[in-house]
Amino acid sequence: MNSSWPLLSVITFLPLSGVLFLMLVRGTEANVATNAKLVALWVSGFTFFLSLFLYVGFDPDFVGYQFEEQVDWISGAGISYHLGIDGISMPFILLSTFLVPLSILASWGSITHRVRDYMMAFLVLETMMVGMFASLDMLMFYLFFEGVLIPMFLIIGIWGGIDRVYAAFKFFLYTLLGSVLMLVCMLVMYQQSGTTDIPELAAFDFAPTLQFWLFLGFFASFAVKVPMWPVHTWLPDAHVQAPTAGSMILAGVLLKMGGYGFLRFSLPMFPDASDLFAPMIFALSVVAVIYTSLVALAQSDMKKLIAYSSVAHMGFVTIGIFSMNEQGIAGAMFQMISHGLVSAALFFCVGVVYDRLHTREISAYGGVVDAMPRYAAFFMFMMLASVGLPGTSGFVGEMLVLVGAWNRANWVAVLAAIGLILGACYMLWLYRRVVFGRAEKPEILELEALSSREFLIFVPLTVFVLWFGVYPSTLLDIMELAVSDLLGQIGPQQTALR
Amino acid sequence: MNLVQTFSVALPEFILVAVALSLVLVAAFANSSESEASTLKLVRSLSLGGYGLAFLSLFMLPAGQVVLFNGLFAIDGFAIYMKGLALLGAFFASWLVSDGWGEGVDRAEFHLLVLMAVLGMLLMISAHDLIALYMGLELQSLPLYVIASMRTNSLRSSEAGLKYFLLGALSSGMLLYGASLVYGFAGSTAYADIATSLNDDVSVGLTVGMVFLLSGLAFKISAAPFHMWTPDVYEGAPTPVTALFAIVPKVAAMTLIMNVTYFAFSGISDQWSQILIALSVASMIVGATGAIMQQNIKRMLAYSSIAHMGYALAGLAAGSLEGAAGVVIYMTTYVFMGAGAFSIIMSLRRDDAPVERISDLSGLSSTHPLLAAGMMVVMFSMAGIPPLAGFFGKWYVFLAAVNAGLVPLAIIGVLTSVVGAFYYLRIIKLMYFEDADAPLDEGISRQNRLVLVASLAFIILFFLGIGQLSGVVGANIVAFF
Repeated sequence: MNSSWPLLSVITFLPLSGVLFLMLVRGTEANVATNAKLVALWVSGFTFFLSLFLYVGFDPDFVGYQFEEQVDWISGAGISYHLGIDGISMPFILLSTFLVPLSILASWGSITHRVRDYMMAFLVLETMMVGMFASLDMLMFYLFFEGVLIPMFLIIGIWGGIDRVYAAFKFFLYTLLGSVLMLVCMLVMYQQSGTTDIPELAAFDFAPTLQFWLFLGFFASFAVKVPMWPVHTWLPDAHVQAPTAGSMILAGVLLKMGGYGFLRFSLPMFPDASDLFAPMIFALSVVAVIYTSLVALAQSDMKKLIAYSSVAHMGFVTIGIFSMNEQGIAGAMFQMISHGLVSAALFFCVGVVYDRLHTREISAYGGVVDAMPRYAAFFMFMMLASVGLPGTSGFVGEMLVLVGAWNRANWVAVLAAIGLILGACYMLWLYRRVVFGRAEKPEILELEALSSREFLIFVPLTVFVLWFGVYPSTLLDIMELAVSDLLGQIGPQQTALR
Repeated sequence: MNLVQTFSVALPEFILVAVALSLVLVAAFANSSESEASTLKLVRSLSLGGYGLAFLSLFMLPAGQVVLFNGLFAIDGFAIYMKGLALLGAFFASWLVSDGWGEGVDRAEFHLLVLMAVLGMLLMISAHDLIALYMGLELQSLPLYVIASMRTNSLRSSEAGLKYFLLGALSSGMLLYGASLVYGFAGSTAYADIATSLNDDVSVGLTVGMVFLLSGLAFKISAAPFHMWTPDVYEGAPTPVTALFAIVPKVAAMTLIMNVTYFAFSGISDQWSQILIALSVASMIVGATGAIMQQNIKRMLAYSSIAHMGYALAGLAAGSLEGAAGVVIYMTTYVFMGAGAFSIIMSLRRDDAPVERISDLSGLSSTHPLLAAGMMVVMFSMAGIPPLAGFFGKWYVFLAAVNAGLVPLAIIGVLTSVVGAFYYLRIIKLMYFEDADAPLDEGISRQNRLVLVASLAFIILFFLGIGQLSGVVGANIVAFF
């Protein structure tokens, strides 16, 4: 179970070594571009391969953290280099290492300038993401959590669309504002407990009044990341302007950092405050689910529509987390992984046609199925997974969340279910307008069919979405013990209330 | 204590004096025009060698506190650390000038004056008495006034020098007035005696004197509301001089403030911590908001340094040992960020003339990838984005503030850092998101490149050594106080 060599560190920092490698690439511009792509793909692919060992070596019957590594960092100050995974973080690490090679593959043809810098940004991003999920030290967590901003800011700002500068600034400053409030709370927690070790902090009892403020500080950061209504406005801008692969990672992994933060910090460390604030979060999430679904209905830009649908789906996640029961949290986890795969695939769907027609306007399409039948099939599958069709991973997550919410507060489940209906409306309508109908415009008929590279990206995503939909135990078994352990930490008095 | 022991304790200072005196001789006797270049070369290597030698001699100083000259001068681990930092900064600044692109300031006089100023700073750091404090401060200030107006054919440079001199004289006056009040009420100018006199009833006169002293010192580190001179002087002075101003004097002045507050006036920490909090909040706000609209990069960095001093003061305001350690770590990162930033700015030229407008940076990433990447790292670090060095400085000072119960101060601090992030991002935006309108000159001098690479390595790899550094700093601070 605990391997003798530091597997987690290797997985975290292997992409960084790829960056050093990329710096050494020399030659003509075209040469550098090709080599940079290959290096990035191989490095991230190998990272994914290594991360599979986490899955193989993971013991689902073990309570606590596995693959732990702890090295003294700031001696005498209770701050150490501490990595480890449990059933909550392991799926996210796999999700990250899985999506990065796919998104590098997705940008193969569409990124034409500064290819090397782009690949470097992606590999740095991968290190930051994996490191964040693997950190068991609060300070390290913060380093990685904030460090993500740097490569993502550059990816949106350099390779983004027309309004990329505005979107990049909004993304950066919004998230930074939330994060610095969390930083102050971390300082207070460190002052109170004298350690930044996450397991120790989870066992530490913070005074209820203090919990109130600490919860709010962490909430400021995670709510922006999730994003929850009303601080979600950076997301549509960032998604619309980001390049396709940037959107895939943004929706696939970065949004999950907020949900993961709630699970890792807010619930176990501030259980009283979490209980207190749950109704507020339910209210915000329900507004998010219904309001952003309505907003999505009104969009004329495909990417924006999917971005708003992300906000709605993440609303389910926060509902599930703050249901604070087994179904709710497991459902939220499942929903996050599923949304990570599905939304990445949907953004790629947009990217595929955008590469061909260079517009994201829904009205510019129609009848794509005639020219690209295989694309239409994949798009339909992902669209249905997003709607939550039984047999896809989307269904399992949403159903568990609704069950959990029902057990906690009926009204939340009822209102959230309305969001499901609206979700079906806007996704089906999007699909109808883009893929079906008669292809009247000549450029639609001349669309190139799906290339084998694009096919190669869709296949694994589809396989996993289907697999998790048909056999959800693969994921649920891994999470089960971690979730019940988490609920145990929240405390018997809270769980008894359920 | 005999002469030899005295020499060995004040070794770095004596080395600088010896080098400065020999520089006078070299510059005076080599006046024929054909040998000017070789004289300059000799002067440069002498002064750089002087800093290097003085730096090395720090390692030979005795451990533990030693007091010299009837209590005027003291060294200990803390002072040695700060001296090392000041010498390092001075070395960077002089090294940056010596690539011959120095806007006409790379002359023998410049190196001589900087040497004298650095000597003053070392004395300031070791001052243990108000008189020694004042002597060191003036020895530092007078050469700086001169080199601010070094470019004699430039109106702006003369204006900067004059402004700096007038306002500097004003602040020295305030400081002297405060010192005289303190002397009157405490009956001594020695820090140790002042500290003892505070054990009895604290008279109003002493408090007022302390306020004047702190105001004078706040001027030297350009903390708001005593910051007015900074943007003008930064902008007007030749860039190599600005680099020096930005990097070195603040280290010494900050050490002075720490000595005065933590040592001389430790008995009335409630009083001075109020003042420091006010200075800190004002500096953070002025620094963050003032920089937003700036078009000149030196002016922007002036406001940025005001903000940085605000953050450092937040740690000092905590009034605790870890606050002091936080300030030391902050100043360490500050020296390297400043050196990195100025090594880049001094490499930017168009048609052999220095460029200073922020908009001149646009498209830098495609024409000068190394400079742009370096600037990006420095900017992210200044904005306090982890895992770069600037973040850890902020972590330590805010940690001290939180531990001292100053949570609102920490909140104001982090919020202003978000505002500050905006203008740092603006520079990155120009370099990376936009195209160049008129290309800058190719190339970067060997000196600039070395300083840049050294400071970048420090900023990026800082997190690896933070454990060791905080250990060293913490041990020295505890030994001192």
